[in-house]
Amino acid sequence: MSKIRSNPSGVKLDRRTFLKGAALGLAGTALPLDKTDASFWEAFFQKHFREMNDDEKKKVIQRLEKEYEQKYKKAIHIGSEKPMPGVLFGYGLDLSRCIGCRRCVYACVKENNQSIDPQVHWITVLRFKKGEKWIDLEESEKYYNPQNVPEPGYFYMPVQCQQCENPPCVRACPTQATWKEPDGIIVIDYNWCIGCRYCMAACPYGARRFNWGEPKRPAEEINPNTHYLGNRPRYKGVVEKCTFCVQRTRNGRYPACVEICPVGARKFGNLLDPQSEIRYAIEHKRVFRLKEDLNTNPKFYYFFAYGR
Amino acid sequence: MGSKKKSFLLSFGLFLFLLLFSNAEAVEQDIPKKFFVPPPPFSPGIYPCSQCHAGMPANAKPRKLEMMHQDIVLKHMPGGWCFNCHNPDNRDKLRLANGQLISFEESYLLCGQCHGTVFRDWKTGLHGKRTGMWNGEKQYLLCVHCHWPHEPTFRQLQPMPPPARPSNIK
Repeated sequence: MSKIRSNPSGVKLDRRTFLKGAALGLAGTALPLDKTDASFWEAFFQKHFREMNDDEKKKVIQRLEKEYEQKYKKAIHIGSEKPMPGVLFGYGLDLSRCIGCRRCVYACVKENNQSIDPQVHWITVLRFKKGEKWIDLEESEKYYNPQNVPEPGYFYMPVQCQQCENPPCVRACPTQATWKEPDGIIVIDYNWCIGCRYCMAACPYGARRFNWGEPKRPAEEINPNTHYLGNRPRYKGVVEKCTFCVQRTRNGRYPACVEICPVGARKFGNLLDPQSEIRYAIEHKRVFRLKEDLNTNPKFYYFFAYGR
Repeated sequence: MGSKKKSFLLSFGLFLFLLLFSNAEAVEQDIPKKFFVPPPPFSPGIYPCSQCHAGMPANAKPRKLEMMHQDIVLKHMPGGWCFNCHNPDNRDKLRLANGQLISFEESYLLCGQCHGTVFRDWKTGLHGKRTGMWNGEKQYLLCVHCHWPHEPTFRQLQPMPPPARPSNIK
Protein backbone atom coordinates (compact mmCIF):
# COMPACT_ATOMS: atom_id res chain seq x y z
CA MET A 1 0.00 0.00 0.00
CA SER A 2 1.36 3.35 -1.00
CA LYS A 3 1.69 6.00 1.71
CA ILE A 4 1.41 8.82 -0.80
CA ARG A 5 -2.06 9.85 -1.74
CA SER A 6 -2.97 12.19 -4.50
CA ASN A 7 -5.59 14.89 -3.99
CA PRO A 8 -7.87 16.55 -6.52
CA SER A 9 -5.42 19.39 -7.24
CA GLY A 10 -2.75 16.84 -7.95
CA VAL A 11 -0.42 17.84 -5.10
CA LYS A 12 1.41 14.90 -3.69
CA LEU A 13 1.98 15.24 0.05
CA ASP A 14 3.62 12.61 2.18
CA ARG A 15 3.00 12.33 5.91
CA ARG A 16 6.39 13.68 6.94
CA THR A 17 6.14 16.80 4.83
CA PHE A 18 2.64 17.44 6.06
CA LEU A 19 3.68 17.23 9.74
CA LYS A 20 6.66 19.49 9.16
CA GLY A 21 4.47 22.10 7.59
CA ALA A 22 1.89 21.84 10.33
CA ALA A 23 4.53 22.27 13.04
CA LEU A 24 5.97 25.34 11.33
CA GLY A 25 2.53 26.83 10.92
CA LEU A 26 1.65 26.26 14.58
CA ALA A 27 4.93 27.76 15.70
CA GLY A 28 4.11 30.76 13.59
CA THR A 29 0.76 31.26 15.32
CA ALA A 30 2.22 30.76 18.81
CA LEU A 31 4.72 33.61 18.45
CA PRO A 32 2.86 36.73 17.45
CA LEU A 33 4.93 38.43 14.80
CA ASP A 34 3.41 41.83 15.45
CA LYS A 35 5.09 41.98 18.87
CA THR A 36 8.42 42.87 17.40
CA ASP A 37 9.66 45.07 20.25
CA ALA A 38 12.83 43.80 21.84
CA SER A 39 11.36 43.54 25.32
CA PHE A 40 8.93 40.81 24.25
CA TRP A 41 11.68 38.64 22.86
CA GLU A 42 13.94 39.38 25.85
CA ALA A 43 11.19 38.23 28.18
CA PHE A 44 10.57 35.19 26.02
CA PHE A 45 14.19 34.10 26.14
CA GLN A 46 14.87 35.13 29.74
CA LYS A 47 17.06 32.59 31.51
CA HIS A 48 16.37 30.96 34.86
CA PHE A 49 17.28 33.38 37.67
CA ARG A 50 19.92 31.10 39.13
CA GLU A 51 21.58 30.58 35.74
CA MET A 52 21.95 34.29 35.06
CA ASN A 53 25.17 36.13 35.82
CA ASP A 54 25.13 39.58 37.37
CA ASP A 55 25.08 41.37 34.01
CA GLU A 56 22.15 39.34 32.76
CA LYS A 57 20.26 39.93 36.01
CA LYS A 58 20.90 43.65 35.67
CA LYS A 59 19.51 43.65 32.15
CA VAL A 60 16.40 41.72 33.15
CA ILE A 61 15.81 44.03 36.10
CA GLN A 62 16.20 47.10 33.89
CA ARG A 63 13.60 45.70 31.51
CA LEU A 64 11.20 44.89 34.35
CA GLU A 65 11.67 48.32 35.92
CA LYS A 66 10.75 49.89 32.60
CA GLU A 67 7.68 47.68 32.27
CA TYR A 68 6.54 48.49 35.81
CA GLU A 69 7.11 52.19 35.25
CA GLN A 70 4.89 52.09 32.18
CA LYS A 71 2.24 50.16 34.07
CA TYR A 72 2.19 52.07 37.36
CA LYS A 73 3.51 55.46 36.18
CA LYS A 74 6.08 55.55 38.98
CA ALA A 75 9.64 54.43 39.44
CA ILE A 76 9.96 51.03 41.11
CA HIS A 77 13.34 49.84 42.29
CA ILE A 78 13.98 46.10 41.95
CA GLY A 79 16.87 44.87 44.06
CA SER A 80 18.70 41.59 43.70
CA GLU A 81 20.57 41.46 47.00
CA LYS A 82 22.32 38.15 47.49
CA PRO A 83 22.06 36.05 50.65
CA MET A 84 24.51 37.07 53.37
CA PRO A 85 27.13 34.42 54.17
CA GLY A 86 26.75 32.70 57.54
CA VAL A 87 23.09 33.62 57.84
CA LEU A 88 20.15 31.26 58.14
CA PHE A 89 16.95 33.11 58.88
CA GLY A 90 14.63 31.88 61.58
CA TYR A 91 11.35 33.22 62.88
CA GLY A 92 9.75 32.98 66.29
CA LEU A 93 6.17 33.62 67.25
CA ASP A 94 5.15 33.86 70.88
CA LEU A 95 1.71 32.27 71.16
CA SER A 96 1.37 33.39 74.75
CA ARG A 97 1.49 37.04 73.59
CA CYS A 98 -0.34 37.10 70.24
CA ILE A 99 -3.70 38.84 70.61
CA GLY A 100 -5.00 38.14 67.10
CA CYS A 101 -5.29 41.81 66.07
CA ARG A 102 -4.28 41.09 62.42
CA ARG A 103 -1.97 44.13 62.27
CA CYS A 104 0.67 41.83 60.77
CA VAL A 105 -1.63 40.72 57.94
CA TYR A 106 -2.13 44.25 56.69
CA ALA A 107 1.43 45.43 57.32
CA CYS A 108 2.49 42.52 55.12
CA VAL A 109 0.06 43.54 52.37
CA LYS A 110 1.34 47.11 52.52
CA GLU A 111 4.99 46.10 52.38
CA ASN A 112 4.77 43.29 49.85
CA ASN A 113 2.51 44.76 47.16
CA GLN A 114 -0.18 42.10 47.33
CA SER A 115 -3.27 42.52 45.21
CA ILE A 116 -6.03 44.43 47.02
CA ASP A 117 -8.72 43.18 44.65
CA PRO A 118 -8.87 40.22 44.36
CA GLN A 119 -7.67 40.10 47.93
CA VAL A 120 -4.38 38.32 48.64
CA HIS A 121 -3.11 37.90 52.20
CA TRP A 122 0.08 36.04 53.00
CA ILE A 123 -0.67 35.68 56.72
CA THR A 124 -3.70 33.88 58.11
CA VAL A 125 -4.49 34.34 61.79
CA LEU A 126 -6.26 31.32 63.22
CA ARG A 127 -8.35 31.46 66.37
CA PHE A 128 -8.57 28.47 68.69
CA LYS A 129 -10.68 27.81 71.74
CA LYS A 130 -8.60 27.39 74.86
CA GLY A 131 -8.75 24.00 76.47
CA GLU A 132 -9.86 22.14 73.38
CA LYS A 133 -7.85 19.53 71.54
CA TRP A 134 -4.51 21.24 71.04
CA ILE A 135 -4.02 22.83 67.60
CA ASP A 136 -6.92 21.19 65.86
CA LEU A 137 -6.58 23.08 62.59
CA GLU A 138 -9.93 21.81 61.32
CA GLU A 139 -11.69 23.50 64.22
CA SER A 140 -9.84 26.81 63.87
CA GLU A 141 -11.59 30.01 62.84
CA LYS A 142 -10.03 32.58 60.53
CA TYR A 143 -13.03 34.87 59.98
CA TYR A 144 -13.43 35.87 63.64
CA ASN A 145 -14.43 39.51 63.97
CA PRO A 146 -15.20 40.62 67.53
CA GLN A 147 -15.28 44.22 68.78
CA ASN A 148 -12.02 43.80 70.65
CA VAL A 149 -9.25 41.24 70.90
CA PRO A 150 -8.01 39.24 72.69
CA GLU A 151 -11.29 37.55 73.52
CA PRO A 152 -11.37 35.64 76.79
CA GLY A 153 -11.24 31.89 76.25
CA TYR A 154 -9.43 32.02 72.90
CA PHE A 155 -5.89 32.09 71.64
CA TYR A 156 -4.55 33.01 68.23
CA MET A 157 -1.98 31.53 65.90
CA PRO A 158 -0.82 33.37 62.78
CA VAL A 159 0.30 31.06 60.00
CA GLN A 160 2.43 32.04 57.03
CA CYS A 161 5.15 30.39 54.96
CA GLN A 162 7.20 28.31 57.40
CA GLN A 163 10.34 28.46 55.20
CA CYS A 164 10.96 24.72 55.52
CA GLU A 165 14.47 23.35 55.33
CA ASN A 166 12.92 20.40 53.49
CA PRO A 167 10.29 22.18 51.41
CA PRO A 168 7.69 19.98 49.68
CA CYS A 169 6.65 22.88 47.41
CA VAL A 170 10.12 23.08 45.85
CA ARG A 171 10.09 19.39 44.99
CA ALA A 172 6.63 19.68 43.46
CA CYS A 173 7.49 22.54 41.09
CA PRO A 174 7.85 21.22 37.54
CA THR A 175 9.73 24.28 36.26
CA GLN A 176 12.03 24.96 39.25
CA ALA A 177 10.44 28.37 39.55
CA THR A 178 10.66 28.09 43.35
CA TRP A 179 13.72 27.14 45.34
CA LYS A 180 15.48 27.48 48.68
CA GLU A 181 18.09 30.22 48.88
CA PRO A 182 21.28 29.69 50.94
CA ASP A 183 19.89 31.92 53.72
CA GLY A 184 16.93 29.57 54.02
CA ILE A 185 14.25 31.66 52.33
CA ILE A 186 12.05 29.86 49.80
CA VAL A 187 11.65 32.22 46.85
CA ILE A 188 9.65 32.27 43.63
CA ASP A 189 10.68 33.66 40.25
CA TYR A 190 7.38 35.12 39.06
CA ASN A 191 8.65 35.19 35.48
CA TRP A 192 9.38 31.49 35.58
CA CYS A 193 6.19 30.30 37.34
CA ILE A 194 3.69 28.71 34.97
CA GLY A 195 0.82 28.79 37.46
CA CYS A 196 0.22 25.04 37.70
CA ARG A 197 -0.32 25.35 41.50
CA TYR A 198 1.33 22.00 42.24
CA CYS A 199 3.30 23.78 44.99
CA MET A 200 0.06 24.91 46.61
CA ALA A 201 -1.16 21.34 46.68
CA ALA A 202 2.15 20.21 48.13
CA CYS A 203 2.36 22.84 50.91
CA PRO A 204 0.99 21.41 54.17
CA TYR A 205 0.57 24.91 55.66
CA GLY A 206 -1.63 26.50 53.00
CA ALA A 207 0.91 29.29 52.81
CA ARG A 208 1.01 29.85 49.06
CA ARG A 209 -1.41 32.16 47.26
CA PHE A 210 -2.44 32.21 43.62
CA ASN A 211 -3.24 35.28 41.56
CA TRP A 212 -6.56 34.16 40.09
CA GLY A 213 -7.12 37.55 38.54
CA GLU A 214 -5.02 40.46 37.37
CA PRO A 215 -3.54 41.79 40.65
CA LYS A 216 -5.10 45.20 41.24
CA ARG A 217 -3.54 47.75 43.53
CA PRO A 218 -3.57 51.54 43.27
CA ALA A 219 -0.24 52.85 41.99
CA GLU A 220 0.12 55.21 44.97
CA GLU A 221 -0.01 52.21 47.30
CA ILE A 222 2.77 50.36 45.50
CA ASN A 223 5.87 50.00 47.66
CA PRO A 224 8.68 51.01 45.29
CA ASN A 225 11.44 49.27 47.28
CA THR A 226 11.29 45.74 45.98
CA HIS A 227 13.36 42.64 45.40
CA TYR A 228 13.27 40.49 42.28
CA LEU A 229 12.49 37.39 44.36
CA GLY A 230 10.23 39.18 46.80
CA ASN A 231 7.70 41.95 46.66
CA ARG A 232 7.91 43.23 43.09
CA PRO A 233 4.44 43.47 41.52
CA ARG A 234 3.16 40.08 40.39
CA TYR A 235 1.26 38.90 37.32
CA LYS A 236 -2.02 37.12 36.86
CA GLY A 237 -1.54 33.36 37.06
CA VAL A 238 1.52 33.17 39.32
CA VAL A 239 1.94 31.87 42.84
CA GLU A 240 3.27 34.05 45.66
CA LYS A 241 3.96 33.75 49.38
CA CYS A 242 5.83 35.12 52.38
CA THR A 243 9.56 35.62 51.76
CA PHE A 244 10.48 36.88 55.28
CA CYS A 245 10.47 40.31 53.54
CA VAL A 246 13.61 39.42 51.58
CA GLN A 247 13.92 43.03 50.41
CA ARG A 248 14.24 44.17 54.04
CA THR A 249 15.96 41.30 55.80
CA ARG A 250 18.82 41.01 53.33
CA ASN A 251 19.57 44.63 54.18
CA GLY A 252 19.57 43.91 57.92
CA ARG A 253 16.08 45.17 58.67
CA TYR A 254 13.30 43.29 60.46
CA PRO A 255 10.35 41.95 58.42
CA ALA A 256 7.33 44.26 58.30
CA CYS A 257 5.20 41.93 60.45
CA VAL A 258 7.82 41.99 63.22
CA GLU A 259 7.92 45.78 63.26
CA ILE A 260 4.15 46.24 63.38
CA CYS A 261 3.27 43.65 66.04
CA PRO A 262 1.90 45.72 68.96
CA VAL A 263 2.65 43.03 71.56
CA GLY A 264 6.09 42.09 70.28
CA ALA A 265 5.08 38.47 69.76
CA ARG A 266 7.10 38.17 66.55
CA LYS A 267 10.83 37.52 66.69
CA PHE A 268 13.32 37.28 63.88
CA GLY A 269 16.99 36.58 63.59
CA ASN A 270 19.89 34.50 62.45
CA LEU A 271 19.69 30.87 63.54
CA LEU A 272 23.47 30.54 63.21
CA ASP A 273 24.14 33.41 65.64
CA PRO A 274 24.07 32.09 69.24
CA GLN A 275 23.37 35.64 70.54
CA SER A 276 20.22 36.14 68.46
CA GLU A 277 16.75 36.47 69.94
CA ILE A 278 15.50 33.47 68.02
CA ARG A 279 18.25 31.25 69.41
CA TYR A 280 17.47 32.46 72.93
CA ALA A 281 13.82 31.52 72.40
CA ILE A 282 14.66 28.07 71.08
CA GLU A 283 17.09 27.37 73.90
CA HIS A 284 15.06 28.73 76.82
CA LYS A 285 11.35 28.51 75.97
CA ARG A 286 8.84 25.81 75.14
CA VAL A 287 9.02 25.62 71.36
CA PHE A 288 7.18 23.69 68.70
CA ARG A 289 6.92 23.78 64.95
CA LEU A 290 3.73 23.30 63.02
CA LYS A 291 3.17 19.78 61.66
CA GLU A 292 6.62 18.70 62.74
CA ASP A 293 5.70 15.09 61.97
CA LEU A 294 5.76 15.81 58.23
CA ASN A 295 9.56 16.17 58.27
CA THR A 296 9.37 19.54 56.53
CA ASN A 297 11.75 20.96 59.16
CA PRO A 298 10.31 24.51 59.27
CA LYS A 299 12.38 27.51 60.36
CA PHE A 300 9.28 29.08 61.90
CA TYR A 301 9.19 28.40 65.65
CA TYR A 302 6.12 28.89 67.79
CA PHE A 303 6.95 29.35 71.44
CA PHE A 304 5.51 30.28 74.82
CA ALA A 305 7.48 32.90 76.71
CA TYR A 306 4.93 33.28 79.48
CA GLY A 307 4.41 30.62 82.11
CA ARG A 308 7.54 28.53 81.96
CA MET B 1 67.60 26.62 94.10
CA GLY B 2 66.95 27.62 90.47
CA SER B 3 63.97 25.33 90.12
CA LYS B 4 62.44 26.75 93.33
CA LYS B 5 62.74 30.27 91.95
CA LYS B 6 61.25 29.13 88.69
CA SER B 7 58.25 27.47 90.29
CA PHE B 8 57.72 30.56 92.47
CA LEU B 9 57.72 32.78 89.39
CA LEU B 10 55.36 30.41 87.63
CA SER B 11 52.88 30.33 90.48
CA PHE B 12 53.14 34.11 90.89
CA GLY B 13 52.42 34.54 87.17
CA LEU B 14 49.46 32.20 87.40
CA PHE B 15 48.13 34.11 90.40
CA LEU B 16 48.47 37.42 88.53
CA PHE B 17 46.76 35.96 85.50
CA LEU B 18 43.86 34.64 87.57
CA LEU B 19 43.53 37.98 89.35
CA LEU B 20 43.40 39.87 86.05
CA PHE B 21 41.02 37.39 84.48
CA SER B 22 38.55 37.36 87.36
CA ASN B 23 38.76 41.16 87.51
CA ALA B 24 37.95 41.46 83.82
CA GLU B 25 34.92 39.26 84.31
CA ALA B 26 33.69 41.32 87.25
CA VAL B 27 34.09 44.55 85.27
CA GLU B 28 32.12 43.08 82.40
CA GLN B 29 29.22 42.28 84.70
CA ASP B 30 29.28 45.59 86.54
CA ILE B 31 28.72 47.81 83.51
CA PRO B 32 24.96 47.97 82.97
CA LYS B 33 24.07 47.72 79.31
CA LYS B 34 22.51 50.87 77.91
CA PHE B 35 19.32 50.25 76.00
CA PHE B 36 18.32 52.46 73.13
CA VAL B 37 14.80 53.53 74.06
CA PRO B 38 12.52 56.36 72.97
CA PRO B 39 11.48 58.91 75.62
CA PRO B 40 8.89 57.76 78.17
CA PRO B 41 5.23 58.26 77.16
CA PHE B 42 4.31 61.11 79.49
CA SER B 43 0.91 62.72 79.19
CA PRO B 44 1.47 66.13 77.55
CA GLY B 45 2.64 68.82 79.96
CA ILE B 46 2.91 66.52 82.95
CA TYR B 47 6.71 66.37 83.16
CA PRO B 48 8.70 67.63 85.02
CA CYS B 49 6.61 66.64 88.01
CA SER B 50 8.43 69.17 90.16
CA GLN B 51 6.67 72.05 88.39
CA CYS B 52 3.69 71.32 90.70
CA HIS B 53 5.11 69.01 93.34
CA ALA B 54 8.06 71.16 94.38
CA GLY B 55 7.29 72.36 97.88
CA MET B 56 4.18 70.21 98.16
CA PRO B 57 4.25 67.89 101.17
CA ALA B 58 4.22 64.18 100.35
CA ASN B 59 1.13 62.35 101.61
CA ALA B 60 1.95 58.70 102.11
CA LYS B 61 -1.62 57.73 103.00
CA PRO B 62 -3.38 55.62 100.33
CA ARG B 63 -6.54 57.47 99.24
CA LYS B 64 -8.65 58.31 96.20
CA LEU B 65 -6.99 61.15 94.26
CA GLU B 66 -9.35 64.07 93.73
CA MET B 67 -7.38 67.20 92.91
CA MET B 68 -5.19 65.78 90.15
CA HIS B 69 -4.39 62.41 88.54
CA GLN B 70 -8.02 61.29 88.95
CA ASP B 71 -7.50 58.83 86.08
CA ILE B 72 -5.06 56.86 88.19
CA VAL B 73 -6.74 54.07 90.11
CA LEU B 74 -3.95 51.73 91.09
CA LYS B 75 -4.65 48.24 89.73
CA HIS B 76 -1.13 47.02 90.18
CA MET B 77 0.27 45.38 93.27
CA PRO B 78 -2.61 45.35 95.80
CA GLY B 79 -1.99 47.62 98.76
CA GLY B 80 0.58 49.65 96.86
CA TRP B 81 0.89 53.41 96.81
CA CYS B 82 2.67 56.10 94.74
CA PHE B 83 5.86 56.00 96.79
CA ASN B 84 6.50 52.33 96.09
CA CYS B 85 7.90 53.62 92.81
CA HIS B 86 7.85 57.43 92.80
CA ASN B 87 10.38 59.31 94.87
CA PRO B 88 8.60 61.49 97.49
CA ASP B 89 11.44 64.03 97.83
CA ASN B 90 12.17 64.71 94.17
CA ARG B 91 9.24 63.72 91.97
CA ASP B 92 11.27 63.92 88.77
CA LYS B 93 12.91 60.65 89.77
CA LEU B 94 11.80 57.13 90.46
CA ARG B 95 13.06 55.23 93.47
CA LEU B 96 14.16 51.63 93.62
CA ALA B 97 13.49 49.48 96.68
CA ASN B 98 17.10 49.93 97.76
CA GLY B 99 16.68 53.73 97.81
CA GLN B 100 18.59 54.38 94.60
CA LEU B 101 17.09 57.14 92.49
CA ILE B 102 16.69 56.53 88.75
CA SER B 103 15.38 58.59 85.87
CA PHE B 104 12.14 57.82 84.05
CA GLU B 105 14.24 56.70 81.06
CA GLU B 106 15.53 53.78 83.13
CA SER B 107 12.16 52.72 84.52
CA TYR B 108 12.81 49.13 83.35
CA LEU B 109 15.14 48.77 86.34
CA LEU B 110 12.20 49.54 88.60
CA CYS B 111 9.85 47.05 86.89
CA GLY B 112 12.60 44.46 86.86
CA GLN B 113 12.75 44.44 90.68
CA CYS B 114 9.62 42.27 90.80
CA HIS B 115 9.27 41.02 87.21
CA GLY B 116 12.71 39.49 87.05
CA THR B 117 12.03 36.75 84.52
CA VAL B 118 10.30 39.17 82.18
CA PHE B 119 13.14 41.68 82.64
CA ARG B 120 15.62 38.96 81.70
CA ASP B 121 13.66 38.17 78.53
CA TRP B 122 13.33 41.88 77.72
CA LYS B 123 17.09 42.38 77.97
CA THR B 124 17.77 39.55 75.54
CA GLY B 125 15.19 40.98 73.15
CA LEU B 126 12.58 38.30 73.59
CA HIS B 127 9.94 40.18 75.58
CA GLY B 128 8.48 43.22 73.92
CA LYS B 129 8.65 44.85 70.58
CA ARG B 130 11.92 45.42 68.75
CA THR B 131 12.42 47.52 65.68
CA GLY B 132 15.57 48.39 63.78
CA MET B 133 18.10 45.92 62.49
CA TRP B 134 18.10 42.19 63.22
CA ASN B 135 21.89 42.22 62.95
CA GLY B 136 22.59 45.66 64.39
CA GLU B 137 21.15 48.58 66.33
CA LYS B 138 17.79 47.71 67.85
CA GLN B 139 15.23 50.08 69.22
CA TYR B 140 13.87 48.88 72.56
CA LEU B 141 10.68 50.10 74.16
CA LEU B 142 10.25 50.83 77.86
CA CYS B 143 7.83 48.59 79.76
CA VAL B 144 5.54 51.62 80.15
CA HIS B 145 5.21 52.10 76.39
CA CYS B 146 2.93 49.05 76.28
CA HIS B 147 1.91 48.60 79.92
CA TRP B 148 0.38 51.58 81.69
CA PRO B 149 2.22 51.24 85.02
CA HIS B 150 -0.87 51.98 87.12
CA GLU B 151 -2.87 49.23 85.37
CA PRO B 152 -0.35 47.12 83.49
CA THR B 153 -2.57 44.56 81.77
CA PHE B 154 -2.23 44.96 78.01
CA ARG B 155 -5.35 46.70 76.78
CA GLN B 156 -7.69 45.17 74.24
CA LEU B 157 -7.46 46.36 70.64
CA GLN B 158 -9.88 46.47 67.78
CA PRO B 159 -8.87 43.79 65.26
CA MET B 160 -8.31 44.56 61.59
CA PRO B 161 -10.98 43.18 59.21
CA PRO B 162 -11.10 39.43 58.57
CA PRO B 163 -10.09 38.06 55.16
CA ALA B 164 -12.67 37.89 52.37
CA ARG B 165 -14.58 34.63 52.24
CA PRO B 166 -14.16 32.70 48.99
CA SER B 167 -17.89 33.21 48.33
CA ASN B 168 -17.37 36.99 48.38
CA ILE B 169 -14.52 37.00 45.87
CA LYS B 170 -15.78 37.91 42.44
